[in-house]
Amino acid sequence: MKVTLRIWRQPGPEADGGFEEHDVDGINEEMSFLEMMDILNDRLVEGGGEPIEFESDCREGICGTCNLVIDGVPHGPQLGTATCQLHMRKFSDGARITVEPWRAAGFPMIKDLIVDRTHLDDIVAAGGYISVNTGSAPDANLMPVAKSVADTAFDAAACIGCGACVAACPNGAAHLFTAAKVAHLNLLPQGQPERYRRVEAMVEEMDQWFGSCTNHGECETACPQSISIDFIAMMNRDYVKSKFKNRRLLSQTN
Amino acid sequence: MEAQTPTARRHWLVEFYGSTVGKKWVMAITGVILMGFVVFHMIGNLKVFVPPVDGELEINLYGEWLRSVLFPALPHYVFLWILRLGLIVATVLHVEAMISLTRRNAAAKPQGYTKQEFQAASYASRTMRLTGPLVLAFVIFHLADLTWGIAPFNPDFIHGDVANNLTASLTRAGWVFFYAVANIALGYHLWHGLWSMFQSLGLNNPRYNAARRLFAQAVTVIVVGGNLLILAGVFFGFAPGI
Repeated sequence: MKVTLRIWRQPGPEADGGFEEHDVDGINEEMSFLEMMDILNDRLVEGGGEPIEFESDCREGICGTCNLVIDGVPHGPQLGTATCQLHMRKFSDGARITVEPWRAAGFPMIKDLIVDRTHLDDIVAAGGYISVNTGSAPDANLMPVAKSVADTAFDAAACIGCGACVAACPNGAAHLFTAAKVAHLNLLPQGQPERYRRVEAMVEEMDQWFGSCTNHGECETACPQSISIDFIAMMNRDYVKSKFKNRRLLSQTN
Repeated sequence: MEAQTPTARRHWLVEFYGSTVGKKWVMAITGVILMGFVVFHMIGNLKVFVPPVDGELEINLYGEWLRSVLFPALPHYVFLWILRLGLIVATVLHVEAMISLTRRNAAAKPQGYTKQEFQAASYASRTMRLTGPLVLAFVIFHLADLTWGIAPFNPDFIHGDVANNLTASLTRAGWVFFYAVANIALGYHLWHGLWSMFQSLGLNNPRYNAARRLFAQAVTVIVVGGNLLILAGVFFGFAPGI
């Protein structure tokens, strides 16, 4: 099959970018979208051109590295999967496909389709961990966790940190990412001692770089793990509570 | 353990309102107050459909009652002004939160996509920043027309005679059309806002999650339906109470 790619090229962070068109023919419909991009890059290099920069790593939907906005939808038209799990059979022969990078002020441009997602790491560094004494691993089942709680925490922990939620959000907000990272610890007993300090620190770090939630729900649909915006509501509630529960802690740092 | 950094923190309320989550919480709480107002405003005005008893028009009695709630414990107008001040404060906070969040969001998304395909966002959710200001502009117009009775808006205004003022205003086709458009804008605003507030307040529970959408849609249909019915009743003259 043959497709026409309308693809974003930008030589560097400060340089002007624009769309470039490429016809890619001889594509097998069982190829993944990224394999099609590889073929295009091979041809560009053979022709003496510069390959299109894009990110990918595991190519099986678990690492969260790949990030393309395909025809206006982060990770493309197939819902609940990452870009690497999208196959060319989802497109019709002769299709004209627009490919853009994640767009948000929190994701500064690096080159072509690559953006800097470090600010997501900053949010995790602000509180997305538990503080424990190191030593030998505790016995299994020493700390009982209800099955339903474990399942919900796992749903949140399924976040692979790709940033599709931010890319899809018309406000450039990272509430779904932050909420997932808050919830998977705040739901579990191990996360309780730092629960309110965590949500407070992570939300306030998030606000440094990203926009605010207007409850469109675009993030949930774009998420390759289909993480629910219910977690945003949970984060909001914990954040409000933190402002009351943490008052004694706050006084220590005043 | 995490090291306690000795950074000077601002007052906890300033931090709370400075965060996007805090601002949305304030927007939701003030939204609940304003929703309460539109619901009771609609119910009160349904009195135009109550036939007069002994020549007394219930809509006028209702207007008198609003001015004398808790009288003689409080002088006339005091309780009414407490309610009005509450609504003014709620409106100011709602608008302030909207302006500062809109600014932040514009800064957080400086460049959109050449073609964005919305997957989940509804027409109502995407037009909140249009329907909100439209409703606010209408409210000021509506106050000039039927509360202050300023001459160019309502030349036949008589203070305290609600039935007369309603008839004087809402038998003009252009006016009624504008009132209807504003109510539909209010409907779009409520349709998204009344669901959205549950998320912003963190009211999330599998037991009632499915009911949240239903609540928003039911209140919207009741409020807008009731208001349009009142407009039609006055304009087409089938409301017996005026």
